[in-house]
Amino acid sequence: MPAGPRFLSEKARVTMGNNLAIEMIGITKAFGTKVVANKNVNMDLREGEILALLGENGSGKTTLMNMIAGIYAPDSGRILVRGEEVVIKSPIDAFDHHIGMIHQHFKLVDIFTAADNILLGDRKGPMILRKDRVKKLQAEVDRYGFNIDLSRKIYDMSVSEKQTVEIIKVLYRGADILILDEPTAVLTPQEIDKLFSVLRRMRDEGKSIIIITHKLNEVMAISDRVCVLRKGEHVATVETASTTERELTDMMVGQKIDLNINREEPEHPIPRLMIRDLSVVNKEGLTVVDGVSFDVCGGEILGIAGISGNGQKELLEGIAGLQPKSGGDVIFRNPKENKPVTFYHKDLKQIRAMAARGFFHDPEGNPVDLTGKSSKEIARLVNEEQILFYEDEIIDLKDKSPREIQELGIKLSFVPEDRLNMGLVGSMSIVDNMMLRSYRKGRSMFVNRKKPKQLADEIIHDLEVVTPSDMVPVRRLSGGNVQKVLVGREISSSPKVLMAAYPVRGLDINSSYTIYNLLNAQKKRNVAVVYVGEDLDVLLALCDRILVLCGGRVSGIVDARKITKEELGLMMTKVPDEIPVYTYDNLREEDEAHEN
Amino acid sequence: MIVTMITQAIRFGVVFLYGSTGEILIEKSGHLNLGIPGIMCLGGVGGCLGAYWAHRTGLPPAVVVLIAVLAAMLVGGLGGLLYGVFTITMRCNQNVTGLALTTFGAGVLGFWGTQMGDKEIFFAPASRYAFTPSLFFGNKTPDNWFATIFLSHGVLVYLGIVFAILVYLVLKYTRTGLSLRAVGENPAAADAAGIPVIRHKYVACVLGAAIAGVGGAFYLLDCTRGSLEYVIDAMGWLAVALVIFSLWRPNISIFGSFIFGFLYILPRYIEGVGLAEKELLKVVPYAVTAIILIVISFFNKKETQPPAALGLPYFREDR
Repeated sequence: MPAGPRFLSEKARVTMGNNLAIEMIGITKAFGTKVVANKNVNMDLREGEILALLGENGSGKTTLMNMIAGIYAPDSGRILVRGEEVVIKSPIDAFDHHIGMIHQHFKLVDIFTAADNILLGDRKGPMILRKDRVKKLQAEVDRYGFNIDLSRKIYDMSVSEKQTVEIIKVLYRGADILILDEPTAVLTPQEIDKLFSVLRRMRDEGKSIIIITHKLNEVMAISDRVCVLRKGEHVATVETASTTERELTDMMVGQKIDLNINREEPEHPIPRLMIRDLSVVNKEGLTVVDGVSFDVCGGEILGIAGISGNGQKELLEGIAGLQPKSGGDVIFRNPKENKPVTFYHKDLKQIRAMAARGFFHDPEGNPVDLTGKSSKEIARLVNEEQILFYEDEIIDLKDKSPREIQELGIKLSFVPEDRLNMGLVGSMSIVDNMMLRSYRKGRSMFVNRKKPKQLADEIIHDLEVVTPSDMVPVRRLSGGNVQKVLVGREISSSPKVLMAAYPVRGLDINSSYTIYNLLNAQKKRNVAVVYVGEDLDVLLALCDRILVLCGGRVSGIVDARKITKEELGLMMTKVPDEIPVYTYDNLREEDEAHEN
Repeated sequence: MIVTMITQAIRFGVVFLYGSTGEILIEKSGHLNLGIPGIMCLGGVGGCLGAYWAHRTGLPPAVVVLIAVLAAMLVGGLGGLLYGVFTITMRCNQNVTGLALTTFGAGVLGFWGTQMGDKEIFFAPASRYAFTPSLFFGNKTPDNWFATIFLSHGVLVYLGIVFAILVYLVLKYTRTGLSLRAVGENPAAADAAGIPVIRHKYVACVLGAAIAGVGGAFYLLDCTRGSLEYVIDAMGWLAVALVIFSLWRPNISIFGSFIFGFLYILPRYIEGVGLAEKELLKVVPYAVTAIILIVISFFNKKETQPPAALGLPYFREDR
């Protein structure tokens, strides 16, 4: 072996052909008792090829790869590396088999230099760190054609540079089987091109590469073969040259399953929430929601489909005011028509001003004139519900705080991957979690426990939450029951817009149906419901319209009753040239009437 | 008088130095051990018992010192192991575990102190013959200021400085140190790089506690010359404050400890002020630490921050 860098070693340049670098046979892995991430999966990687591992979210791609990298251990099944059966218990074992994984979230130490990150954990180097270690490593890396300054600290680097450091790291450790977990998710198109040329060069030198992705165009561009997973199961492995994007989509989404969810036609839908050109930039400075426009109508369920990480979370948080919007408008149409004015939001001065502009009528339908009336008189009129709105109130949510937006009746219930991270406090009881929404009410400095307790008991009864009592810490409930509590609490405040993100995540069938029924009941109450889901079958069966997000952009708004699963799948992976926008008949007629 | 003050400042400062060197080692592995005061108490008990036994057996002074130090490290290290089992393996809350350990250690010292009524008789001779005599001058008094300040101390003062320098060198210049720092900064990254995270955490926790334990023994056997009238755990808290003061660097910690030592003994040497003012002066080291914290957060430089994963438990299969 020459004394040069380890990634130039001749050892890796084995004869290319049909030798298998990795073979996984009958791999099964479950988290807890319910979530089966991988079920009897077979996969193989040939030496000197790029294999794309394709699948929707939750299809078990990353879990499968983590088992090769030694992060998880399989519950059953066999792993063969270069024809030999192995047990990979830790990342060290993976290194010993020359396997290196580049994780989606980079595993780098921020305050170290790139060089130290590459040298980290290398057991073969000298015990005393040499001063010239950066220079030596730099020379090796330069020779290999990477353009990066290794003396810089990681926290000074761009995402693409960090990724390069990760790649150099695994190569330096002698890996000739590389696994990249969604490497392009955080890169710009130019950076993706650069990455792909690096990958191709590595393949030509005999490395075997697995790239996890859900972007079809990238699969077609870079891979030699494609292995498709769906819901934790292996669907097929095909040669890239002999397949099409269409065919891959079909494999990814699978056959349509009829779920028999009760769905009624929306009754006279009126836009409740109008989103125009909304953009959100995340902490890393990437535009994650890019000029999104759509309406949500009262009395409909609008589904949002998309592969996770395509802006769903940021879009909802942008609407709820939890993420700063970098551009665009969110307009809320508060249903006030023929409803009495209350003091809840308005003070007397504002009511006077609005009356002067002709906003109000009295119960007989005549305009209200408040000029010359004393404050006392106006207060009496308000309390006797004598002042009514002519029209719905149009509110721009731009400058509203999350709390104000909530008080307007726009509720967000987000169920993250780890359910207890958002919305509920795990160590508090159901009652206390109800109080998180109500503790501000009332004038006393002591909180009122009576109403939250009532509410908690109602939710436990109505939604059939299985719990020993309402004082049990939420953490101890099972996942489904936690979600019922979370969704139940948001619904209990009679919202006008309800945004439910992944409310059935990890639930069994029965609990899922309880949630669907809850959402349908809200739809019947004329609430504008937004449902973000992962399962296309559910979206197709539950929703009235479906908005498809791809890369933070709208790739279409379609009629959920007419669209097929394959069409949806295709829209999720690629924004079509012509973006379809479906609206309801009554709204279309209104629009046409306007134009005439 | 100033010469005496500086000499005393160094002597007391080294107590903080032992504690902070140990704590830095532990914190670099991502564990905030608030049990340092308790561990120093435990080390004190261990060191005194070791010294007492060795002295009674009639061993020569050098061996008495060695056995006392080893005993202090053993008992302190056991305290660290206890902390490690709770926070590393069982992933308990580090603050709660640490505070419990502090209470426990102070209790053990108090119990041992009251049980051994005539404790001074037991180990004061040991300290008189084996610890306090200067490493360079024996029982003679040096005749110039330089020698008094720097060379008149007992052997444990120099050992403390040697420990601090060693920890500094290991952290900065060895592969083990690099790995340990990576564990404290980003255990997931260290794990993915094939570093045995758990083992590093355990070694740091036990070794750090052992070093801190020597500090307790040194305090009882040398600083107070075999009397229990001062409590160690107060000094332990100053050692924890010193970690922040020195920005998690053992080399700065050496000088920081002298400053802390000076501030600690200052009230005894100031004349003409009342008791209240003297008590107020004791606040100064803590106040300085608070100011340092404000200043470093103001600059917000990554290198002066505590280890990024400090206080967070690590579990590989966490989703």
